[in-house]
Amino acid sequence: MNRFDYVRAGTVAEAVQAFAGAPGAQFIAGGTNLVDLMKYDVTRPGRLIDITRLPLGDIAEHDGGLRVGALVTNANLAYDARVRSRYPLLADAILAGASGQLRNAATTGGNLNQRTRCYYFYDTATPCNKREPGSGCAAIGGVTRIHAIFGASESCIATHPSDMCVALAALEAVVQVTGPEGDRSIAFADFHRLPGDDPAKDNTLKPGEIVLSVDLPAADLSKNYTYLKLRDRLSYAFALVSVAAALELDGDTVKIARLALGGVAHKPWRNRQAEALLVGKPATRETFQAAADFVVAEARPQSENAFKVELARRAIVRGLSQAAAGTPQSLTDKRIQ
Amino acid sequence: MHALRAVFAPTCSPFREKPFLLERLMLIESGSPVAADTRVGISLTINGQHRELQVAPWTTLLDLLRETLDLTGTKKGCDHGQCGACTVLVDGVRVNSCLALAVMKDGAEVTTVEGLAGLSNGGAGSNGLHPMQAAFVEHDAFQCGYCTPGQLCSSVGMMNEGHAHSRDEIREAMSGNICRCGAYTNIVDAIEDVMAQDGAAQDLGAAR
Ligand SMILES: Cc1cc2nc3c(=O)[nH]c(=O)nc-3n(C[C@H](O)[C@H](O)[C@H](O)COP(=O)(O)OP(=O)(O)OC[C@H]3O[C@@H](n4cnc5c(N)ncnc54)[C@H](O)[C@@H]3O)c2cc1C
Ligand code: SF4
Ligand code: FES
Ligand code: FES
Repeated sequence: MNRFDYVRAGTVAEAVQAFAGAPGAQFIAGGTNLVDLMKYDVTRPGRLIDITRLPLGDIAEHDGGLRVGALVTNANLAYDARVRSRYPLLADAILAGASGQLRNAATTGGNLNQRTRCYYFYDTATPCNKREPGSGCAAIGGVTRIHAIFGASESCIATHPSDMCVALAALEAVVQVTGPEGDRSIAFADFHRLPGDDPAKDNTLKPGEIVLSVDLPAADLSKNYTYLKLRDRLSYAFALVSVAAALELDGDTVKIARLALGGVAHKPWRNRQAEALLVGKPATRETFQAAADFVVAEARPQSENAFKVELARRAIVRGLSQAAAGTPQSLTDKRIQ
Repeated sequence: MHALRAVFAPTCSPFREKPFLLERLMLIESGSPVAADTRVGISLTINGQHRELQVAPWTTLLDLLRETLDLTGTKKGCDHGQCGACTVLVDGVRVNSCLALAVMKDGAEVTTVEGLAGLSNGGAGSNGLHPMQAAFVEHDAFQCGYCTPGQLCSSVGMMNEGHAHSRDEIREAMSGNICRCGAYTNIVDAIEDVMAQDGAAQDLGAAR
């Protein structure tokens, strides 16, 4: 690990101030991603700003929904009674990720800002445009099993690894941030970005901006939902493909459809046109298949991950079926019904 | 720059950046930076014992326990959050000590495997062991034993959390602890056993 200055921030203003004028400063919360990356020399912050003592650890009622402070741990969020009853999709997505120990340390703000798990990003002996802009991308033409099938660029084919964020995309959360230029709100769909020719940037936060909270809107999507995560082992592994699906049904007819995919792109992948295809249609397998076909029509797999296209197609159909039936994927009985 | 580092610094040396002097000591003041070559004063309660310590900011809780305090019960498996061997309880909550910076835990109460027995207040276990330790012995829940301190702290933490009840739920809740020897079946048996004792104790209204 490189040597760094350490600042313990007592207020948000202090945290923002500590960032200014300290090249290479980074905030640290749970540390479960940042400390890992520092040990591999992937990132070498000149200053660490410890934000764990800021008063951002509460979940509060807000505008008919919930305001989740950036320091709420993944475990406290997933097990909160209000979240379990009103946003079970979010609770399930969180519990499908990482491990009990990691979820106890990991925070909401840290989860949003976690970096990719691309092997080459982690390996400082290889070129990587995300780690070292302009050096090239060792993944393209390399081992690409875990890489993107949607929205990749010639600079970077990495995926965003979060499960929680896939649910937040489907729920249309809003991220509240503050920074040197003041407060602003970012719609979840605009928080993470596609790599384009600037893959060093995972998201649209500006330098020195800090996430204060994630707001969950009032919409009720707590009856017909599922988080279906497919991975190489049944627990404690990142998604190859995951599906967050939520429906509002009127009898058998789809009124509202939300569908987000994880493990397939540089950001949680939503396709509004596919969602629109579902609305007004009967909640049947045929309807779901048409939407799934529409989503994967855009897929551009890499040399080693063409399997993800078919996996995604089937996972979408299965996820929407589970949601429509009101039988969300069980987190402990791993059989996929 | 890269080449220089490669020539002068063996990759695994903790001092690969440059030799530095840890002669300065600072107490942390909110908002004021502690410079990179400065040790900071922190206090921790470790296994019930209050300690005033001086740590470099990049020291993980795991390295502090093992290297400085000689509490080598806590194991380093992967050093990257991927195995659970380093699991300890911080303020009663199980976390991976390899990914926690000690300086950030200033003021916390830490329980390692060496302190588990002390948590159980004499408890039901034999030989002064925590009931979970006694159950691991009883059920032969290890082979080489390397993952065991982490499994023990993790299972005690998991029981405090109170979300796992069935065997499948225990398996899922314990997935953050890898056992290279594959002692999983017996580990889950041991945990189920303690949970049953615990349930029985609660049914009887026994003070614990
Ligand atoms: C072995 C392992 C397995 C995992 N498996 C999964 C999985 O299956 N699914 C999954 O979703 N995740 C998984 N994770 C990732 C885990 O969810 C993240 O590491 C965690 O959510 C990061 O949160 P943190 O608070 O520890 O962040 P930190 O490590 O403290 O920070 C991460 C980044 O976020 C920034 N940051 C933190 N807080 C803020 C803030 N408030 N404002 C602005 N920037 C901020 C930091 O500067 C840093 O760049 C796994 C991690 C490990 C180590
Ligand atoms: S895919 Fe992105 S993160 Fe991975 S090596 Fe290429 S540029 Fe780096
Ligand atoms: S040593 Fe900490 S998880 Fe492996
Ligand atoms: S007993 Fe050997 S690793 Fe678990």
